[in-house]
Amino acid sequence: MAWFKVTEAGNIPLREGRSVRLGRRELAIFHLPEGFKAIDNRCPHNLGPLCDGITKGTKVVCPLHGWNVCLETGKVVSPNVPVGVTTYPVRVSDGIIHIQLPDAKSSENELEEETAA
Amino acid sequence: MRSRKPNKPSLVVVGNGMAGIACLEQILRHGKQFDVTVFGDETHVNYSRILLSNVLAGVQDFEGITLNPLNWYQENSITLRLGVRVTGIDPLARTVNGDDGSVTKYDKLLLATGSRSMIPPIPGMEKAGVCAWRTLDDTKRLLEWSGPGKHAVVVGGGLLGLEAARGLQVQGCDVTIIHLLDTLMNRQLDNTGGHYLQRKIENLGIHVRTKCTIQAVHGSKHVESVELNTGKLLPADIVVVAAGIIPNVELGRMAGLTVKRGIVVNDYMETSDPDIYAVGECVEHRGMTYGLVAPLIEQGKVLAATITGNRGPVYEGSSTATKLKVAGVDVFSAGTFDEAEAGVDVVRYEDPGLGIYKKLVLREGRMIGAILVGDVTESGQYMEWIRSRQDLTAKRRSLLIPEPKKDPGATVAEMSDAEVVCGCMGVTKGAIIEAIHDRGICTLPQLKEATRASTGCGSCAGTCNALLAAVAPGFEPDKAQVLCGCVPYSEEQLRSMIHTQQIRGVQQVLEIYGNGVGCEKCRPALSYMVDVVWNGGHEEDRASRFINDRVHANIQRDGTFSVIPRMRGGVTSPDELRKIADVADKYNVPLVKVTGSQRIDLLGVNKEDLPGMWADLGMPSGQGYSKGLRMVKTCVGADYCRFGTQEAIGTGIELEKRLENLYTPHKTKLAVVGCPRNCAEATVKDIGLVGQEGSWQVVVGGAAGKSVRKADVLITVATTEEALESAELFFQYYREGGNYLERSYDFVERLGMDKIRRETVYAPPEARAALLERLHKAKAASYDAWQEGAMPRTASQFVQIQSLETPVEV
Repeated sequence: MAWFKVTEAGNIPLREGRSVRLGRRELAIFHLPEGFKAIDNRCPHNLGPLCDGITKGTKVVCPLHGWNVCLETGKVVSPNVPVGVTTYPVRVSDGIIHIQLPDAKSSENELEEETAA
Repeated sequence: MRSRKPNKPSLVVVGNGMAGIACLEQILRHGKQFDVTVFGDETHVNYSRILLSNVLAGVQDFEGITLNPLNWYQENSITLRLGVRVTGIDPLARTVNGDDGSVTKYDKLLLATGSRSMIPPIPGMEKAGVCAWRTLDDTKRLLEWSGPGKHAVVVGGGLLGLEAARGLQVQGCDVTIIHLLDTLMNRQLDNTGGHYLQRKIENLGIHVRTKCTIQAVHGSKHVESVELNTGKLLPADIVVVAAGIIPNVELGRMAGLTVKRGIVVNDYMETSDPDIYAVGECVEHRGMTYGLVAPLIEQGKVLAATITGNRGPVYEGSSTATKLKVAGVDVFSAGTFDEAEAGVDVVRYEDPGLGIYKKLVLREGRMIGAILVGDVTESGQYMEWIRSRQDLTAKRRSLLIPEPKKDPGATVAEMSDAEVVCGCMGVTKGAIIEAIHDRGICTLPQLKEATRASTGCGSCAGTCNALLAAVAPGFEPDKAQVLCGCVPYSEEQLRSMIHTQQIRGVQQVLEIYGNGVGCEKCRPALSYMVDVVWNGGHEEDRASRFINDRVHANIQRDGTFSVIPRMRGGVTSPDELRKIADVADKYNVPLVKVTGSQRIDLLGVNKEDLPGMWADLGMPSGQGYSKGLRMVKTCVGADYCRFGTQEAIGTGIELEKRLENLYTPHKTKLAVVGCPRNCAEATVKDIGLVGQEGSWQVVVGGAAGKSVRKADVLITVATTEEALESAELFFQYYREGGNYLERSYDFVERLGMDKIRRETVYAPPEARAALLERLHKAKAASYDAWQEGAMPRTASQFVQIQSLETPVEV
């Protein structure tokens, strides 16, 4: 578990998404009025780029075939299928978007942990 | 001068406003028994004061709000004295004195002096730029002063203040409302209702400061700032005072009439002098004064009966119901709504998402008050329940959610004939039905013309339409469907709202009329509507557009994009072909294909490569991805073809140049052919030009997609320029009237070719010129989208975000 500095918050226009590569993952980050959300960028249906979808409240609509993915839970909410994508915690500090990845380490974090120890 | 019959008694009306003239109209209905003179201190004929807000908001012009044009006065033999203020009354001599020195004798005198704005005693109120808002001249002044970059402060958050604020904002001003109490429109709404309204107003971009007053107006000669009670200074170029009204009673006092807050009248609208009557805002009846139009109309009807010797009908006061559109928001308020009162029950409904608030107040099972914000469809029913005081115990469970009506006429069928449908103009259901029967009316515009119903705030248009549907034999039901659950109005209504409320952004439409969120269906549709209403004079909301229109390329099944450069008329050159080949090599384009639109498509391109490819190509976008003009396909035509009768290539290229870069409700494909052999398939295109010996046939609404439809002939014309212009006329007509995602072939079937011809190529010259003017305005504001490759809207428009830190995989 580690947080990564990703990009300036201003790089993602309101109600739009952008993709970012973090190691082996490609994530889609969305800028919603209620904050930033991050999910895996590929739609469970046909791997459509979710970052290119139109947002609909806290959902994104895949640009290829219109599947609706909830940005808060990662679940596909339309059509009614029990699949989904991974979501990632996001926080913004000093105008920089930070994303937490579950199974990755950053060199900086290791450094901090060592200093703390 | 007209010769006067000496035996007619003279009636002098002081006040040329809505109350006086509406009353006079009623008097004339009893016959022309008076010699009438009307004095007005304004220099205008009678106009609708409530529509001044439309003038300030730029929706109507001054001519449009005239109620009684000059020839109405002439036709009714009324002597009109405009710009003359009556300064004195001598009740013994029965004369009035004008400020022009005139003395006019009366047998009957009607005071309709109205009211004036209350100007709070604050230092600096005399400075230039401070203004009350009451008259047409005030409105002219405000229009002159206002403009982009100007700061306006509106004192008073009542109805008038809100209308002033919205009007000034539409003129470009940065507007702040200063309101003394906790919530806006506190006379008509409770605190919660006021908060709902405030949120809608703030969503429009108007600043609201409640529990706030102004203690001084600063500036050398002209206002520069206002000082709040907190000591804070707000910059101000304009200060509008809308803090209440005072009845003009001075003349009544001078005539020795009984005067309290207003000139006191009895139930027959008689004052304490048997020859003097009073009507409107200057009047006090049973302790009440009124500032809305409906009560004035009711008073006028009673007064007319009394003064014409038909004394009998009585005025018993008006229920204080208000139903209006405040700055685009529907608001209804009636009766009392004090919850603290003993024995009072409250039924409530709130939808913060859609901004809908409803509150019904009951006492002993009977309704005594109602407040509605955001949805006023049931207001007529509530008003009737309040009036009739009927026992609602049995209906208690469904007061807010009325049982679904099996028959659409049922709602109006339940209304009594006496129920007022149009509160602004005081038109009852009975009067509307009478007009429909007697004059064979079957459309809303005809009904407006005949009864003036729905010519005020327009919020009763729905009920009027329902009455027409129920009663008029020739009524055609509105087939329009709502756009989407997020913003439940038809596209025609939305276009009109966007226009009349001067809305220039998708999010604003959703905030005011919808759920504030929107979805992938309504957002692009609204974006298109805003574009076509303002022809480029708006802020494009990229978050409301499909990815194709954000990156100007067509997304493919694997998330890559396709690139189609414009190749006007399907004509290219060795140089262009070389560049296309080089670009295909350089970017490893997997597939190069000739399209059905006589162009070349480069498929399988990564989003990041788009700007580089466009730069290397040096050709404009072919818009092969947009809901807009795709291409104009051509045959070889008279240039080379043995059979060609008209020049197809040159005409096609010219047509493409005139229409390229513009958006349409759905994709639009055109073709020009030089002879009826139709090699470029013009007769199955959205617009086709078919050359024949000595003329062009212009055809529209063709399709060769899921279904095949042969295009209809719009017109046959002699010259190439006429053919191009006819195509332009239809193109703009479809842009303005087509529903989003409605192809031209559905559009022509929905409207019918007769109507389309009547409103395009056979329209009056002014209408044709106006269509072309709007098209050219939009064209001038349009640009080649691929220019954004070199000047992206945001740094991340085309490129993936590069993370500041990357993980070390474990």
